Amino acid sequence: MSENKSLLKLQRISKIFSKGSVDQVTALDKIDLDVAAEDYITIIGSNGAGKTTLLNVIAGVFPPENGGKIILNAKEVSKLSEYRRAKFVGRVYQDPHVGTAAKMTIEENMAMALLRGQTRRLRVASNKQRRELFRDALAPLGLGLENRLNALVGTLSGGQRQALALVMATLSNPAILLLDEHIATLDPRTAQLVLDLTDMIVTREKMTTIMVTHNMELALRHGNRLIMMHKGRIVVDMNQEQRSNLTIHNLVVAFERASGEEFVDDNVLLRPGNVVGSSDL
Amino acid sequence: MLGFSIYEGLVYAFLALGVYLTFRVLGFPDLTVDGSFVTGAAVVAVLIINGVNPFLATLAALGAGLCAGLVTSLLNTKLRVPALLASILMMVGLYSVNLRIMGRPNLPLLREVTIFSLVSQLPGLEARLVYQLVVAGVLAVIVFFILNWFLRTEIGLALRATGDNEQMVRGAGVDTDKTTIIGVSIANGLVALSGAVVGQAQNFVDVNMGIGMIIMGLASVIIGEALFRPKGVARLLLATLGGTFIYRLVISIALRSRFLDPGDLKLITAVIVIIALAIPYLQKKIRREWQPPASRW
Repeated sequence: MSENKSLLKLQRISKIFSKGSVDQVTALDKIDLDVAAEDYITIIGSNGAGKTTLLNVIAGVFPPENGGKIILNAKEVSKLSEYRRAKFVGRVYQDPHVGTAAKMTIEENMAMALLRGQTRRLRVASNKQRRELFRDALAPLGLGLENRLNALVGTLSGGQRQALALVMATLSNPAILLLDEHIATLDPRTAQLVLDLTDMIVTREKMTTIMVTHNMELALRHGNRLIMMHKGRIVVDMNQEQRSNLTIHNLVVAFERASGEEFVDDNVLLRPGNVVGSSDL
Repeated sequence: MLGFSIYEGLVYAFLALGVYLTFRVLGFPDLTVDGSFVTGAAVVAVLIINGVNPFLATLAALGAGLCAGLVTSLLNTKLRVPALLASILMMVGLYSVNLRIMGRPNLPLLREVTIFSLVSQLPGLEARLVYQLVVAGVLAVIVFFILNWFLRTEIGLALRATGDNEQMVRGAGVDTDKTTIIGVSIANGLVALSGAVVGQAQNFVDVNMGIGMIIMGLASVIIGEALFRPKGVARLLLATLGGTFIYRLVISIALRSRFLDPGDLKLITAVIVIIALAIPYLQKKIRREWQPPASRW
C-alpha cells in the first residue's frame, strides 16, 4: 500500500446470491479492503472468485449484505444507487458493447460521458468547446477517432469501441476507475494498445484504479499492488515491494496454495525475500 | 388526394413521432397509444363544448396525454410491471376513463369552435384543404423543431442512450427510470395531440377512434425507416413524417379500389406492417445472410 491517504474502504463486504435456496452462493465473504489514493491494484483469481462481484458492489450495481460498509472519500456510499455513485466511479467492462452506445455518434457518447454525475439540463449537449475537448481526449489513442466524431459507434471495431469506452470512463476524472477484464476479448495487438492507453491515462491523471484480470503476467507487470481472490475472499495482498521480484511461477504456486484445501503460509512457499502480505488470512 | 394525404400525413405524424419515441428511441413497447389518442380527443372535445379556447383545449389534451404516459411509465419503473403489460393495462383502463371524460360514446363538434374553424375564418384560407394543411403544417413544424432540439439536449441524449444501452447510461450517472418516464410521457403527449387535432378536423370524437392507432403509428415509422434509411436525429424525424404521408397515401389509394371498403382499413394497415417488417428479413434470406433468431421482447 502506498503512503497516500485512504480513498476507498470496504468493511465486511459480503454478497450472497440466491439466498435461502439450494443454489445459494457466497460470492463475497466478509471482505475488508483499504484502497489508498493513486493505488493501481490488479486483482486475479479463478472463475467465481468474486472479482466482478467486488467491482459490482463498489460501483453500486447491488448493495452489500447487511453490515457491510463502503466508504469513499470519507463518505459512506453503501446505500447510494449505481447512477448516483457513477459520479465517483468510472468503469470499463469486458464486453466493448456494454461501455458504449452503438446507435449514437462518438461525439454523443463522449457528451454522455462528460456529464457523468452532473445534472443534465435542457441545453444542447455538445458545442464547439466540448468538441475540442473530445478531440483532445481521443487524439492520444492514435486511432483517428478524433476525426470521426460524427461516426456511429456501432461502426467501430471492438478494439476501437473499448478504447473509446476507456476514454469515456476517465473523461470526467472519476475518483476511482474500475476495469473488469477490459482487454480479455480483444486480439493481442489491440489488447496491448488498450493496455498501454490504460497505463498512460492512469499515470497521467494519477487515477486510483482497480483492474481485474485473468492474466497473471499482466497482473504482475501493471499497477503497484496485487490482490488474489478465492471463493469470495482476498487470499493474497501484495504491495509493490513485496511483488517486485515475484515471477509468474511464484504466483502460480501461491495461487494453487490459496485455492487448495489446506492453506500454508505464503512465506514458506515463496523464495526467501518475497514476503507475501496476508492481511486477510 | 395528394393534398389530403399530406394533411393526414401531418396530423397523424404526431402519433407516429410518439410511437417512434417509445419503440425506437427508448425501446419501450408502449401500447398506451390506443387509449391516449382518444384521451386527447376526448379532452379537447369536452373542453371545446364547454366554451374553452380551442388552442388552450388542444394544449390541455397534450397535457392529458402526458399524464397517461406518466402513469404507464410509473407502472413500469416504480412497480416493475413489464412495459408491454403496463401499457396494455393502461390501454384497457383508459377506455373507461375516456368514456367518463366524454360522458357518452361519441361527441359531435360540428357547431363548435375548433382550431380549424378559427383558422378557416382568416382571409385566403377558406378552402377546407387549405386551412387543414395550414393548421397541420404549422403544428408539425413546431413539433418537429422542438423534438429536434430536445433530442440533442443533455436530457435528450440521456433519453436516447437509455434505449440504446441502459447499462452504460446508468454507469454514466443517469437515472434511467427518470429518462424512461420523461420519454414515455412526451410520447403520449404527442399521441394525444394527434388525437385532439384529428378529432377537431373530423368534427366528432368517438370512444373507439383509437383502435389500431399503435399499428398505424408503427407502420409509419417502419415505412419511413425502410424508404429513407435515415441517419441523425433530424432525418429520423423527417423520415417518420414522410413515412406517415406515404402510409396515408397507400391507404387512400387502397380504399378507392372497388373491392375494399372503409371497414377494411385496419386489415390493410396490419398487412402493410407485416410486409414492411418481413421485407428486410426476406431480402437477407434471399441473399443467404445470417439472421439473428426471432425476438419476442
